[in-house]
Amino acid sequence: MSNEDRATNAEAMLSVYNINVWYGAIHAIKSVSFDVREGEIVALIGANGAGKSTTLKTVSGLLRSQTGSITFLGDDIMHTPADKLVGRGLAQVPEGRRVFLEMSVEENLEMGAYTQPKTSVAPGIARVYDAFPRLKERRRQVAGTLSGGEQQMLAMGRALMSNPKLLMLDEPSMGLAPILIEQIFQIIEDLHRSGSTILLVEQNAQMALSIATRAYVMETGKVTLTGTGAELLVNDDVRRAYLGG
Amino acid sequence: MTVFLQYLANGLSMGSVYAIIALGYTMVYGIAKMLNFAHGDVIMVGAYVSFCATSYLGLPAPVAVLISILACTALGVLIEGLAYKPLRQAGPLAVLITAIGVSYLLQNAAQLIWGATPKNFTAIVSFPVPEPLASLNVSAVSITTIIVCLVIMAALMWFTGHTKMGKAMRAVSEDKDAARLMGINVNRTISMTFAIGSALAALAGVLMCSYAPVLQPTTGAMPGIKAFTAAVFGGIGSIPGAFIGGILLGIIEAMAQAYISSSLANSIVFAVLIVVLLVKPAGLLGKYVPEKV
Repeated sequence: MSNEDRATNAEAMLSVYNINVWYGAIHAIKSVSFDVREGEIVALIGANGAGKSTTLKTVSGLLRSQTGSITFLGDDIMHTPADKLVGRGLAQVPEGRRVFLEMSVEENLEMGAYTQPKTSVAPGIARVYDAFPRLKERRRQVAGTLSGGEQQMLAMGRALMSNPKLLMLDEPSMGLAPILIEQIFQIIEDLHRSGSTILLVEQNAQMALSIATRAYVMETGKVTLTGTGAELLVNDDVRRAYLGG
Repeated sequence: MTVFLQYLANGLSMGSVYAIIALGYTMVYGIAKMLNFAHGDVIMVGAYVSFCATSYLGLPAPVAVLISILACTALGVLIEGLAYKPLRQAGPLAVLITAIGVSYLLQNAAQLIWGATPKNFTAIVSFPVPEPLASLNVSAVSITTIIVCLVIMAALMWFTGHTKMGKAMRAVSEDKDAARLMGINVNRTISMTFAIGSALAALAGVLMCSYAPVLQPTTGAMPGIKAFTAAVFGGIGSIPGAFIGGILLGIIEAMAQAYISSSLANSIVFAVLIVVLLVKPAGLLGKYVPEKV
């Protein structure tokens, strides 16, 4: 690492350095490094199978890297179990939303506040309902009866219940109609404006780059390009590969 | 008519025992997604512990039941930690075979400790039964069993529906990784489920042996299998399903003994199960969940 890199890492909220992940014999993540600073939206973009979600799961402790380091708010979290990270301020909205389908909207939100003191649950739920009035209308319904867009809102609301310092979103646009994608990205921007730091994994490069402070392009398990969202939007290679131009 | 009511009462009380055991089965299956075939043998251990506490130590029945509950809770958590937890990533077949192994281990350990000769279990409750129940040969044990069963079911429904721990159990039951992301300690939640299931097994053991007072190392095996049947019958994983399945199974068994043939009663019980599963593959209250792609 050069001195300049060290300086960047020191002020980073999340710093991932040289991680390698295998699925059996498949080398899914190859020496990936990136960081997220406070107040940023950082996007990891790339095609299906590029290793974006695997990277995110490794950060959240659901998968393990054999090498390198992962630091969050100055602490090494490489070996921290997934269920210990939420309490420290690292929340993840998993790919495919993964809301608890047989539990009500409100129960899902309560689960999001599992690590929080009891007194903060009701105000948290009120805040989420403010941000997502749709969820309030459906508070008693089981999550399985919600539409895809509503489930995405619920998954995001559930993650926000833990008052995260860093919110990681895995493919929030997946399987949604264009109008809903607009809406979800609007919400992400609003969250960012109100002070949230966000790590966003997206296949929808156009949308992701248009809101990202910085982005990393992943290909077959490696980071191949990095820059600000605006830079990458006009980058010829990115345009050819991911933006259909 | 009187005879019919007597058999119905018998069916209800045995059905309540099956229901209590089935509730334990269904809790563990619902959360850990494994069939704990050793569950029936925990019942037997519970009955032996209570037997020793009353017959050898001369303790009063409520204390004996409490000791039995504590012992089975510890045993359940121990079994889970030693035998099942290391297999969390293994296939369901490995876990199933291990559970059968644990079942034999408990039966043989019981034979080693308490011998193969059946013990004569003294009922843990007795009180004068009011009319008209007394004339139907309804015993104090039957009444107690039915009430305990109802209380347990209500308590479990309340626990899983209204407490933080209970809701966390439902979350783990649906999606372990998503539950982890909420900060739920999945291993501890599963241990907790085993603790609850085994505590229920202890209660079922003392009630069942109060009702049918012969206690030997294989005492838990057949009721265990029947209660498993009851849980599947009602829809495994469902708490009201286990209750209804247990009660129905007890009544079907009692009626088959009364009006068809006592030696065919078990065959009839399992035949009914097969028919139910042909018509409703997920059981009476179970939901059919297609494999996720």
